[in-house]
Amino acid sequence: MVQYTSAPIDASFAALSDATRRGVLEQLGRADASITVLAEKFHMTLTGMKKHVGVLEQAGLVTTEKVGRVRTCRLGRCRLEKETAWIETYRRLWASRFDELDTVVEELKRKEKVDGRKKRK
Amino acid sequence: MDARRGSEPTPMKNPTTTERKSDRELVVTRTFNGPARIVFEAWTRPELLERWWAPKSFGLTMISCEADVRVGGTYRFVFRHDAFPEPMAFFGRYIEVTPHSRLVWTNEEGEGGGQITTVTFEEKGGRTLLVMHDLYPSKEALDAAIASGSTSGMGETFEQLDELLITLDWAISASRLP
Repeated sequence: MVQYTSAPIDASFAALSDATRRGVLEQLGRADASITVLAEKFHMTLTGMKKHVGVLEQAGLVTTEKVGRVRTCRLGRCRLEKETAWIETYRRLWASRFDELDTVVEELKRKEKVDGRKKRK
Repeated sequence: MDARRGSEPTPMKNPTTTERKSDRELVVTRTFNGPARIVFEAWTRPELLERWWAPKSFGLTMISCEADVRVGGTYRFVFRHDAFPEPMAFFGRYIEVTPHSRLVWTNEEGEGGGQITTVTFEEKGGRTLLVMHDLYPSKEALDAAIASGSTSGMGETFEQLDELLITLDWAISASRLP
Protein backbone atom coordinates (compact mmCIF):
# COMPACT_ATOMS: atom_id res chain seq x y z
CA MET A 1 0.00 0.00 0.00
CA VAL A 2 2.54 2.48 1.17
CA GLN A 3 4.79 1.99 -1.79
CA TYR A 4 2.15 3.44 -4.12
CA THR A 5 1.71 6.71 -2.27
CA SER A 6 5.44 7.17 -1.83
CA ALA A 7 6.27 6.43 -5.46
CA PRO A 8 8.12 9.44 -6.81
CA ILE A 9 6.03 11.85 -8.80
CA ASP A 10 8.77 12.03 -11.39
CA ALA A 11 8.31 8.34 -12.05
CA SER A 12 4.64 8.88 -12.84
CA PHE A 13 5.37 11.72 -15.19
CA ALA A 14 8.03 9.73 -16.95
CA ALA A 15 5.67 6.78 -17.15
CA LEU A 16 2.83 8.84 -18.60
CA SER A 17 4.96 10.74 -21.08
CA ASP A 18 5.14 7.81 -23.46
CA ALA A 19 2.33 7.00 -25.90
CA THR A 20 2.85 3.23 -25.72
CA ARG A 21 2.68 3.26 -21.94
CA ARG A 22 -0.48 5.33 -22.00
CA GLY A 23 -1.86 2.78 -24.45
CA VAL A 24 -0.91 -0.03 -22.09
CA LEU A 25 -2.80 1.68 -19.25
CA GLU A 26 -5.87 2.01 -21.46
CA GLN A 27 -5.58 -1.61 -22.44
CA LEU A 28 -5.26 -2.76 -18.83
CA GLY A 29 -8.23 -0.58 -17.95
CA ARG A 30 -10.29 -2.92 -20.11
CA ALA A 31 -8.75 -6.21 -19.01
CA ASP A 32 -5.68 -7.67 -17.37
CA ALA A 33 -3.15 -8.92 -19.90
CA SER A 34 0.10 -10.82 -20.09
CA ILE A 35 3.28 -9.18 -21.31
CA THR A 36 3.14 -11.41 -24.40
CA VAL A 37 -0.36 -10.21 -25.27
CA LEU A 38 0.64 -6.59 -24.71
CA ALA A 39 3.74 -6.97 -26.86
CA GLU A 40 1.61 -8.36 -29.68
CA LYS A 41 -1.01 -5.65 -29.36
CA PHE A 42 1.59 -2.92 -29.56
CA HIS A 43 3.76 -4.66 -32.16
CA MET A 44 6.79 -4.78 -29.91
CA THR A 45 9.36 -7.28 -28.80
CA LEU A 46 8.88 -8.95 -25.43
CA THR A 47 11.96 -7.18 -24.12
CA GLY A 48 10.63 -3.79 -25.25
CA MET A 49 7.26 -4.36 -23.59
CA LYS A 50 8.92 -5.64 -20.41
CA LYS A 51 10.78 -2.35 -20.19
CA HIS A 52 7.59 -0.30 -20.57
CA VAL A 53 5.75 -2.39 -17.99
CA GLY A 54 8.71 -2.03 -15.66
CA VAL A 55 8.46 1.77 -15.85
CA LEU A 56 4.72 1.66 -15.18
CA GLU A 57 5.26 -0.75 -12.29
CA GLN A 58 7.85 1.52 -10.70
CA ALA A 59 5.42 4.41 -10.84
CA GLY A 60 2.81 2.28 -9.07
CA LEU A 61 0.48 2.48 -12.06
CA VAL A 62 0.65 -1.23 -12.84
CA THR A 63 1.23 -4.37 -10.79
CA THR A 64 2.42 -7.66 -12.22
CA GLU A 65 2.24 -11.22 -11.02
CA LYS A 66 4.06 -14.20 -12.41
CA VAL A 67 2.18 -17.48 -12.49
CA GLY A 68 4.16 -20.27 -14.11
CA ARG A 69 5.72 -18.77 -17.20
CA VAL A 70 3.15 -16.03 -17.66
CA ARG A 71 3.49 -12.57 -16.16
CA THR A 72 0.07 -10.93 -15.84
CA CYS A 73 -0.23 -7.14 -15.66
CA ARG A 74 -3.08 -5.19 -14.12
CA LEU A 75 -3.71 -1.59 -13.15
CA GLY A 76 -2.24 -0.55 -9.81
CA ARG A 77 -4.52 -0.87 -6.81
CA CYS A 78 -4.20 2.78 -5.90
CA ARG A 79 -6.72 3.69 -8.58
CA LEU A 80 -9.88 3.00 -6.59
CA GLU A 81 -8.70 4.99 -3.61
CA LYS A 82 -7.94 7.87 -5.89
CA GLU A 83 -11.32 8.13 -7.55
CA THR A 84 -12.48 10.82 -5.15
CA ALA A 85 -9.34 12.86 -5.74
CA TRP A 86 -9.74 12.51 -9.48
CA ILE A 87 -13.34 13.67 -9.41
CA GLU A 88 -12.37 16.64 -7.26
CA THR A 89 -9.64 17.64 -9.71
CA TYR A 90 -12.09 17.22 -12.55
CA ARG A 91 -14.48 19.50 -10.69
CA ARG A 92 -11.78 22.12 -10.26
CA LEU A 93 -10.99 22.07 -13.97
CA TRP A 94 -14.64 22.71 -14.82
CA ALA A 95 -15.02 25.31 -12.08
CA SER A 96 -12.05 27.21 -13.60
CA ARG A 97 -13.60 26.98 -17.04
CA PHE A 98 -16.98 28.12 -15.82
CA ASP A 99 -15.51 31.07 -13.96
CA GLU A 100 -14.03 32.24 -17.26
CA LEU A 101 -17.32 31.50 -18.96
CA ASP A 102 -19.03 33.84 -16.46
CA THR A 103 -16.92 36.67 -17.87
CA VAL A 104 -18.01 35.83 -21.41
CA VAL A 105 -21.67 35.62 -20.33
CA GLU A 106 -21.48 39.02 -18.58
CA GLU A 107 -19.93 40.54 -21.68
CA LEU A 108 -22.59 39.11 -24.00
CA LYS A 109 -25.32 40.34 -21.66
CA ARG A 110 -23.88 43.87 -21.72
CA LYS A 111 -23.56 43.75 -25.48
CA GLU A 112 -27.14 42.57 -25.88
CA LYS A 113 -28.31 45.45 -23.72
CA VAL A 114 -26.38 48.02 -25.74
CA ASP A 115 -27.57 46.54 -29.04
CA GLY A 116 -31.13 46.51 -27.72
CA ARG A 117 -30.89 50.19 -26.84
CA LYS A 118 -29.48 51.03 -30.27
CA LYS A 119 -32.32 49.22 -31.99
CA ARG A 120 -34.94 51.08 -30.00
CA LYS A 121 -33.49 54.45 -30.97
CA MET B 1 -34.80 33.28 -3.84
CA ASP B 2 -33.39 35.35 -6.63
CA ALA B 3 -32.87 38.52 -4.69
CA ARG B 4 -29.89 39.63 -6.71
CA ARG B 5 -29.95 43.29 -7.55
CA GLY B 6 -30.25 44.46 -11.13
CA SER B 7 -27.30 43.60 -13.30
CA GLU B 8 -24.68 44.02 -10.57
CA PRO B 9 -22.11 41.30 -11.07
CA THR B 10 -22.28 38.79 -8.26
CA PRO B 11 -19.04 38.73 -6.35
CA MET B 12 -19.47 35.05 -5.40
CA LYS B 13 -18.91 32.41 -8.04
CA ASN B 14 -21.70 29.93 -8.49
CA PRO B 15 -20.68 26.47 -7.30
CA THR B 16 -19.70 23.71 -9.71
CA THR B 17 -20.56 20.16 -8.68
CA THR B 18 -19.30 16.85 -10.05
CA GLU B 19 -20.58 13.41 -9.35
CA ARG B 20 -20.04 9.89 -10.59
CA LYS B 21 -23.70 9.12 -11.09
CA SER B 22 -23.20 5.49 -11.99
CA ASP B 23 -20.57 3.05 -13.23
CA ARG B 24 -20.60 4.75 -16.61
CA GLU B 25 -21.65 8.33 -15.92
CA LEU B 26 -20.09 11.57 -14.74
CA VAL B 27 -22.25 14.63 -14.19
CA VAL B 28 -21.15 18.26 -13.79
CA THR B 29 -23.61 21.04 -12.92
CA ARG B 30 -23.33 24.82 -12.72
CA THR B 31 -25.71 27.79 -12.78
CA PHE B 32 -24.94 30.89 -14.84
CA ASN B 33 -26.34 34.36 -14.22
CA GLY B 34 -27.64 34.82 -17.73
CA PRO B 35 -30.28 33.53 -20.13
CA ALA B 36 -29.85 30.20 -21.89
CA ARG B 37 -29.46 31.80 -25.33
CA ILE B 38 -26.34 33.61 -24.13
CA VAL B 39 -24.78 30.63 -22.34
CA PHE B 40 -25.53 28.48 -25.38
CA GLU B 41 -23.89 31.04 -27.62
CA ALA B 42 -20.73 30.86 -25.54
CA TRP B 43 -20.64 27.09 -26.11
CA THR B 44 -21.24 27.23 -29.81
CA ARG B 45 -19.14 30.07 -31.24
CA PRO B 46 -15.49 29.05 -31.51
CA GLU B 47 -14.21 32.59 -30.87
CA LEU B 48 -16.09 32.52 -27.55
CA LEU B 49 -15.27 28.90 -26.65
CA GLU B 50 -11.64 29.78 -27.13
CA ARG B 51 -11.86 32.30 -24.32
CA TRP B 52 -12.93 29.93 -21.57
CA TRP B 53 -12.21 26.32 -22.53
CA ALA B 54 -8.52 26.46 -21.58
CA PRO B 55 -8.51 28.57 -18.41
CA LYS B 56 -5.21 30.27 -17.58
CA SER B 57 -5.90 29.76 -13.89
CA PHE B 58 -5.55 26.05 -14.61
CA GLY B 59 -2.24 26.54 -16.41
CA LEU B 60 -3.80 25.90 -19.81
CA THR B 61 -3.25 27.78 -23.06
CA MET B 62 -5.47 27.37 -26.09
CA ILE B 63 -3.52 26.80 -29.28
CA SER B 64 -6.40 26.37 -31.68
CA CYS B 65 -10.13 26.04 -31.37
CA GLU B 66 -12.32 24.89 -34.20
CA ALA B 67 -15.98 24.07 -33.75
CA ASP B 68 -18.56 23.65 -36.47
CA VAL B 69 -21.57 23.40 -34.21
CA ARG B 70 -24.27 21.69 -36.23
CA VAL B 71 -25.37 18.07 -36.48
CA GLY B 72 -22.49 16.15 -38.06
CA GLY B 73 -20.11 19.10 -37.65
CA THR B 74 -16.75 18.48 -36.00
CA TYR B 75 -14.73 20.19 -33.30
CA ARG B 76 -11.06 20.15 -32.54
CA PHE B 77 -9.54 21.85 -29.50
CA VAL B 78 -5.78 21.96 -29.11
CA PHE B 79 -4.22 23.28 -25.94
CA ARG B 80 -1.22 22.80 -23.75
CA HIS B 81 -0.42 22.86 -20.07
CA ASP B 82 2.37 25.06 -18.72
CA ALA B 83 4.18 22.07 -17.27
CA PHE B 84 3.66 19.71 -20.18
CA PRO B 85 5.33 20.63 -23.46
CA GLU B 86 3.32 18.39 -25.75
CA PRO B 87 0.06 19.99 -26.93
CA MET B 88 -3.09 17.93 -26.49
CA ALA B 89 -5.87 17.64 -29.03
CA PHE B 90 -9.49 16.84 -28.24
CA PHE B 91 -11.86 16.23 -31.05
CA GLY B 92 -15.15 14.70 -32.07
CA ARG B 93 -18.45 15.32 -33.76
CA TYR B 94 -21.67 17.05 -32.78
CA ILE B 95 -24.56 14.64 -32.96
CA GLU B 96 -27.34 16.80 -31.59
CA VAL B 97 -27.68 20.58 -31.63
CA THR B 98 -30.89 22.09 -30.27
CA PRO B 99 -30.53 25.87 -30.03
CA HIS B 100 -30.45 27.22 -26.49
CA SER B 101 -31.25 23.90 -24.85
CA ARG B 102 -29.14 20.90 -25.78
CA LEU B 103 -25.80 19.86 -27.26
CA VAL B 104 -24.51 16.31 -27.71
CA TRP B 105 -21.08 15.39 -29.01
CA THR B 106 -18.68 12.48 -29.29
CA ASN B 107 -15.15 12.39 -27.88
CA GLU B 108 -12.86 10.63 -30.30
CA GLU B 109 -9.34 11.45 -29.13
CA GLY B 110 -9.00 8.23 -27.14
CA GLU B 111 -8.60 4.79 -28.63
CA GLY B 112 -11.73 2.67 -28.68
CA GLY B 113 -15.21 4.06 -28.14
CA GLY B 114 -15.13 7.38 -26.35
CA GLN B 115 -17.74 8.85 -24.07
CA ILE B 116 -20.75 10.81 -25.29
CA THR B 117 -21.16 14.25 -23.76
CA THR B 118 -24.61 15.80 -23.39
CA VAL B 119 -24.99 19.38 -22.20
CA THR B 120 -28.41 20.77 -21.35
CA PHE B 121 -29.24 24.44 -20.72
CA GLU B 122 -32.31 25.08 -18.61
CA GLU B 123 -33.40 28.69 -18.08
CA LYS B 124 -35.21 29.79 -14.95
CA GLY B 125 -35.80 33.40 -13.99
CA GLY B 126 -33.08 34.72 -16.26
CA ARG B 127 -30.49 32.24 -14.97
CA THR B 128 -29.38 29.05 -16.63
CA LEU B 129 -28.79 25.67 -15.04
CA LEU B 130 -26.21 23.80 -17.05
CA VAL B 131 -25.90 20.03 -16.72
CA MET B 132 -23.05 18.24 -18.47
CA HIS B 133 -23.39 14.50 -18.63
CA ASP B 134 -20.62 12.15 -19.81
CA LEU B 135 -21.72 8.65 -20.67
CA TYR B 136 -18.85 6.19 -21.04
CA PRO B 137 -19.23 3.06 -23.17
CA SER B 138 -18.55 0.83 -20.15
CA LYS B 139 -17.65 0.86 -16.48
CA GLU B 140 -14.15 -0.23 -17.52
CA ALA B 141 -13.75 2.79 -19.79
CA LEU B 142 -14.58 5.25 -17.00
CA ASP B 143 -12.47 3.30 -14.51
CA ALA B 144 -9.59 3.45 -16.95
CA ALA B 145 -9.98 7.20 -17.41
CA ILE B 146 -9.82 7.60 -13.66
CA ALA B 147 -7.08 5.01 -13.22
CA SER B 148 -4.75 6.67 -15.67
CA GLY B 149 -5.04 9.77 -13.51
CA SER B 150 -4.66 7.84 -10.28
CA THR B 151 -1.28 9.39 -9.71
CA SER B 152 -3.01 12.63 -8.81
CA GLY B 153 -3.37 11.12 -5.36
CA MET B 154 0.37 11.30 -4.93
CA GLY B 155 0.30 14.97 -5.60
CA GLU B 156 -2.51 15.80 -3.23
CA THR B 157 -0.36 18.43 -1.61
CA PHE B 158 0.77 19.69 -4.98
CA GLU B 159 -2.28 21.35 -6.45
CA GLN B 160 -0.50 22.26 -9.62
CA LEU B 161 0.45 18.69 -10.26
CA ASP B 162 -3.09 17.58 -9.67
CA GLU B 163 -4.17 19.99 -12.30
CA LEU B 164 -1.57 18.79 -14.69
CA LEU B 165 -2.59 15.22 -14.07
CA ILE B 166 -6.20 15.81 -14.86
CA THR B 167 -5.08 17.34 -18.10
CA LEU B 168 -3.03 14.26 -18.74
CA ASP B 169 -6.05 12.15 -17.91
CA TRP B 170 -7.70 13.72 -20.85
CA ALA B 171 -4.84 13.09 -23.12
CA ILE B 172 -4.68 9.52 -21.96
CA SER B 173 -8.32 8.81 -21.49
CA ALA B 174 -9.39 5.80 -23.49
CA SER B 175 -12.64 7.54 -23.93
CA ARG B 176 -13.26 11.37 -23.21
CA LEU B 177 -12.89 16.29 -21.73
CA PRO B 178 -12.48 18.75 -22.15
